[in-house]
Order: sequence, then structure tokens, then C-alpha cells
Amino acid sequence: MGILEVKGVNKRFGGLQALGDVNLSIKENTVHAIIGPNGAGKSTLLNCLVGKLIPDSGSVMFDGQSVLGRKPHEINQMGISRVFQTPEIFTDLSVIENVMIPCFAKRDGAFRLHAVEAVASEKDIVEQAEQMLADVNMLDKRNMHAGSMSRGDKRRLEMAMCLVQNPKLLLLDEPTAGMARADTNNTIDLLKEIKEKRDITMAIIEHDMHVVFSLAERITVLAQGTPLVEETPENIKGHPKVREAYLGEAQV
Amino acid sequence: MLGLNKQDTTILLVVAALTIFAPFILNPFPVDSAMAQFNAGYPDLMQRFVIFGIFAIGFNILFGLTGYLSFGHAAFLGIGSYSAVWMFKLLSMNVIPAIILAVIMSGLFAVVIGYVSLRRSGIYFSILTLAFAMMMFALAYSVLTPITGGETGLQLALDDPRILGISATPEGNIPTPSLFGVEMRASTTVPVGAWEFTFNFGYYFCALIMLVAFYLSVRIFRSPFGLTLRAIKSNQQRLNYTGVNPKPYTLAAFVISGMYAGLAGALMASMDPLAGAERMFWTQSGEVVLMTILGGVGTLFGPVLGAGMIKYMENIISKINSDILHSWFAFLPDGLEDLIVAIIYPFIGKGWHLTLGLIFMLVVIFLPGGLVEGGQRVRSWMKNRGKSKEETSQTPAE
Ligand SMILES: Nc1ncnc2c1ncn2[C@@H]1O[C@H](COP(=O)(O)OP(=O)(O)O)[C@@H](O)[C@H]1O
Ligand SMILES: [Mg+2]
Repeated sequence: MGILEVKGVNKRFGGLQALGDVNLSIKENTVHAIIGPNGAGKSTLLNCLVGKLIPDSGSVMFDGQSVLGRKPHEINQMGISRVFQTPEIFTDLSVIENVMIPCFAKRDGAFRLHAVEAVASEKDIVEQAEQMLADVNMLDKRNMHAGSMSRGDKRRLEMAMCLVQNPKLLLLDEPTAGMARADTNNTIDLLKEIKEKRDITMAIIEHDMHVVFSLAERITVLAQGTPLVEETPENIKGHPKVREAYLGEAQV
Repeated sequence: MLGLNKQDTTILLVVAALTIFAPFILNPFPVDSAMAQFNAGYPDLMQRFVIFGIFAIGFNILFGLTGYLSFGHAAFLGIGSYSAVWMFKLLSMNVIPAIILAVIMSGLFAVVIGYVSLRRSGIYFSILTLAFAMMMFALAYSVLTPITGGETGLQLALDDPRILGISATPEGNIPTPSLFGVEMRASTTVPVGAWEFTFNFGYYFCALIMLVAFYLSVRIFRSPFGLTLRAIKSNQQRLNYTGVNPKPYTLAAFVISGMYAGLAGALMASMDPLAGAERMFWTQSGEVVLMTILGGVGTLFGPVLGAGMIKYMENIISKINSDILHSWFAFLPDGLEDLIVAIIYPFIGKGWHLTLGLIFMLVVIFLPGGLVEGGQRVRSWMKNRGKSKEETSQTPAE
């Protein structure tokens, strides 16, 4: 049994079958890539896992519990963190504040009226956030205004915000989309490093095959809302069905 | 000091100094001088400065931190005043129970209004709060007359029970609000040379409460709660996916700011024990929005500054009339005098709204951070100027 079990998930948008009978099992402590042409339903699938969308039918079990019908913040509290296709950070806050908020959320739960003690006097949280920033080489940007950073740094910060919660499952939706080559390689190194340092399961949606083959242990190919194959990277490269799905796209 | 960092302590001390010395600061002109017109150090107005300061400080906790713009906060001001006057009628003229009931009642109403209004955000939230406030205004004016006194407002009477106090003074008057026997209207006027300074107990009572309210707001701003509220303003989506439920946080901010407004309403009634429905009118709700934006949304000191500025203009600029203008410009040749008076006239007296509107527009366009941002810019400009002077003076030495 995987940590995440998706069974028979369907999702329609009007007349469009975005997901058709999706079955997916992600094993604990693996990096599982989901690839597929544009419009294959990758983001839709991910949205069904985090409570942004509710599937029309099927079941999504995480760590033995159903996530269906739960709100995004409840699903996060179960141990799923998510990196968005375009980085979602608190642009009006400082870098360290961005990282402290997930720390508070992890410690205090979805709501706690904590209105008297100063943030600065929460030594444990400050330390935890600083340690995380050091891990992603951003400690020098500690007091910077998060919104004024480069896109690469915003992405890095968003990952730090997810990782500081020590999630059981980290979902990444095209984490290197729109990045320069150097930033992409940095991100690959960062994710590899994270993988070595801690027990974490990652599901990564990615267009860049270089990223996929550098990181993934399992790969699922999605086409027109349905998984075609699930294989190891070695076996996926020459797979006839994959070529078929990507016909016209020269990436594989 | 008091759990605040150095910078916040400085701000708190500055605000404390300003309020304590307000009777001097606001009365800089000798009584008989032509400029005495601009003196604002009389009890009535000083009370209004700090009471509206409290209103704006509380409003800023909601609007400044979460970005949710309520257009109905005057409702809580009204509830505070009505509650306080009822306490004066039924219990005693001591302001403490009045204030306590007012804060509780406005808090309860804020829970209900906030719970419903916060189901929406942005303009829809604003409209919902406005609708609630206008509904309450209309009710207070009509069907709720037995509770609110309707058009005439809620007033004290000689035959009120006041079970813990007295219905009437031995002289046969209605007693006045007091703090354990010390009357709010108690004042001493001290003449110093050509100047006159008035110290009023009611003012200092309100000022003390404002300082406590200000201090609490600083603590809230710096707390994890305040941080979460700022995160709500910045990116609610990210907050959701970070495991935080924004709803109870925004509701808490709404209720706290409603209670601040109720407190302000109770103090208004404590200074002048009557309450009318017009205190809930939408213009009153709009005024606190103006105060907060004018002073600086989301800054600590801005709302206090904005409240002071607007109340000063409302009371001082509005009292200047054409006779006064003529006396100021009497030294000019007649034709020129008339011309200048004619130019200035639309901006004074009843025209003070025009002046306020112009200042407001200038601030919003050129200083989106309000007057506080203006102050910061002036400070950094002076610092830079000081630096460049040093640099230039060093150059010859090299
Ligand atoms: N909210 C939505 N409403 C309507 N159609 C949608 C919505 N989200 C996605 N779709 C459609 O569903 C299909 C799958 O989209 P998506 O999951 O974003 O693909 P991918 O991420 O694999 O590129 C696309 O055809 C897209 O247009
Ligand atoms: Mg996508």
C-alpha cells in the first residue's frame, strides 16, 4: 500500500472529461513523477489531492485516511504540502516571516488566538525558520521583502515554506517552469539534497525531461486524463505508448 | 519595555507624551491673539481626538492588517453609546460598568455581523457591512424607539432608576458621568501669562484608555496573530495550503475592532451622556476609513494621526468665517483683501469638507502610505541631506 492511493477518480468540466478513471499509488519515500502532454489533466489531478477540486467519483486515501471533502488547510494538517505552478508566497512579508508562518501552522494547528506574545520572542520558531533558510542557502536574504525577489528565489522560498513543515508528501506542480537553466539545475540539486536529508515522499509534475530523469524513481504517464503507463525511468524512455502520447512533442 | 522592542517603545512613549501634554501642545497661541482661533486645547475637542483615535486604532486592526474594508463600523460605535447610556439610566453614573457593557455588546454584535459578512471578501464584504449598519441605523430610528429613543435619541431623565446611584442630585439635577465620584467634566484652567491651559478629568481618563488601547494594538501587530492577519492580506490561497484556516482569524480581528469601536462609543456617551442613531450613519463609518487611510493604513501611529487631523479640521477650519478672514487680511489694500478672502472662503467654514477632500486626494495620490509615510520620507530626506553635507565638508580635507 502506498502512502497515497488514488482509485477510480473521475472529473468532468462540462463536456470535457479532464480525468477518466485515474488509479495511482505513490509509495512512501519515493519521488514519483507524473508526466504527460499539455492538457493531460496533471494539474487537475493534483488539485483533487489537495482539496481545491472535488472529484466526481472515486477515492483518494492519504496515510490511511480519505482526503475527499476536506478543506485545503485540513489536508495540509494531514501532512501534504504543495508547491504551485507559479510560486505562491506572502509577497508583502519578509522572507523569514514567510517561513515562520508555516512553522506556526505546524505547531499551533489551523487556528490559535495567539495575540500577546511577540513573534520575535518565539525563539524556537525563529530558530527553526532560520535553519530552514540556511538549508536552502537563503539566510542572507532573511529580512528581504519577499515580493521583490527573483522568480527563482521565490520558488526556493516556497519550497522552504513547504519543507519546514516536514510534510509526509510534497506535491510539486512544474517546479522549474519558466526557470533559467542554472536555476533549474539548482532546483534539482536542492530537491536531491532534501531527499538525502530526510524521509519524504514527492509527487512531481514536470515538463522538463531533464528534471524528471534526474529525480524520479517512478514515472506515471498521463494522457487525456488517463494513466497510460507506470514505470521506472529506465523503462519509460523507449516505451511505445509514451511515444504515442507525446506524438508531435519532441521531448522524449 | 512592557514586552515591546526599542522602536515600538519609542512610538508608545511619543504617543504618551503627546496625549499627556496635549493641553499645552494644542494651545500654542495666547488667548487674545488673532491665532487663538487655531487653539484646539479645549476639553471637548481633546476628548474627541482620543476617542476617535481609539475608534481608528481598532479599525486599523481589521483594515490595516487583514485588508478587509468594513463600511459599517459606526454600528458598533452606536451600540457602545446606547449600551453605556442604558447603564447610566439603570445602574449608576459610574463609567466603568457602562464601558464594560458597551464592549461586551459591541463584541456580541460583531460576532454575528462579522460571521455573516466574512463569508464574502473584497467589495462584497464592504457592502454587507454597510448594509448591516444601515439596517441598524434604520431600526434605531424607527421600530426600536423604546430602546434607542428614536429621533430624539436616548437621554437621561430625572426619574431613571439608577439602582446603584441616585436618580437626581440634591439640587434636583440629573447626575453627570463620573469615575467613582470624580466627574468627567471636572476641569481646571490654569492661566500662564497670556496663555490659558485647561486640564479636564474626562480627557485624561479617555487618554489613558487610548494609551492602553494603543499598547494592545502594538502587541497584536507584533504577535503571531498579527502576522497571520498580514498573511491573510498578502495571500489567502497560500495560507490555506499552509494549514491555516483564515476564517476564525478574520472573525477575531473583526470582533476586536468592533469592540474598540464599542469602547469609543461608550466613551462618547461618558463625556456627553446621550446617544443618537446618527452615530451609526454611514458617513460616520466612512469617516473612520478616511482617518485610517489619511494617517497610514497598517501603520501603528497613522490612525491616531488621521483621527486627530480630521477632527482638528472639522472643529477648527469649520469655525473660521469670512469676518475672521477679513480681519486677518485687513493689512492688505481693500481690493486685494476682498480677492484673497474670496479665494480662501470656499475652503473654510462649511467648506472644510472641500479642504479635507483635497488633502485626502493629495495623500492618496502622492503618499499611499498616508501621513506616516510622508513623515518617514521627510526624515530620510533630512538624513540623506545631513550625510551629503558631511561628505561635501569632508571632500576639501582630503
Ligand atoms: N477549472 C476548470 N474549468 C474547466 N476546464 C478546466 C479547468 N481546469 C482544467 N480544465 C481543463 O481540463 C484539462 C486538463 O487541464 P490541466 O489539468 O490543467 O492539464 P495539465 O496540467 O496536464 O496541462 C484541460 O483541457 C483544461 O482546459
Ligand atoms: Mg498544469
